[in-house]
Amino acid sequence: MNAQTPANQSEIRFLTPPTVEIKKKKYCRFKKNKIKYLDYKDPEFLKKFLNEQGKILPRRVTGTSLKYQKKVAVAVKRARHLALLPYVADLLK
Amino acid sequence: MLNHYETVFIVTPVLSETQMKEAVDKFRKVILDKGGEVVHEENWGLRKLAYAIKKKSTGFFYLIDFKAPGNLIQLLETEYKRDERVIRFQTVKMDKYAVEFSEKRRSKQENAEKAKEE
Repeated sequence: MNAQTPANQSEIRFLTPPTVEIKKKKYCRFKKNKIKYLDYKDPEFLKKFLNEQGKILPRRVTGTSLKYQKKVAVAVKRARHLALLPYVADLLK
Repeated sequence: MLNHYETVFIVTPVLSETQMKEAVDKFRKVILDKGGEVVHEENWGLRKLAYAIKKKSTGFFYLIDFKAPGNLIQLLETEYKRDERVIRFQTVKMDKYAVEFSEKRRSKQENAEKAKEE
């Protein structure tokens, strides 16, 4: 039985050949573009790091490095205090 | 030692333009009187707020870039708190990257204005 299974598997044919996804490497946009400072006065730019509810997206989604993720968080919080960004939202984008 | 600071405050929208200017003059005077120097000012005008503050949905935004000794900030912020016209304020100390960025931003704006005039 066990000896047969690998042979059977190799005979599986797909109608459409399975596409092997090439994983796009994430990168930190600040390191790449050499951005040193994040401006809290620019809510449109900060929206790139928020989801629809106005929450800050995690690093694993945006690919930002730890150093700049901290700065993103500070900038977003400052913008929220000045009512440039909402604390809670339903449809931000 | 003078530090570089940036303060943004929101004035209630019930005031007229001139009354709003008066409020700005008052805070500029506070900075100048206490040994600060104003580097740059920006009037963002009447803007919509992302959420209501004191039941207002709009406000006049005003930004002042200034250099000042550290003890001025507390004085300035108590002035903000005492003034009923100010509904929100935020003062941020700028590091060297922030200063660099604001200078770049300013020159960009000036260029844009020049381009408009021409």
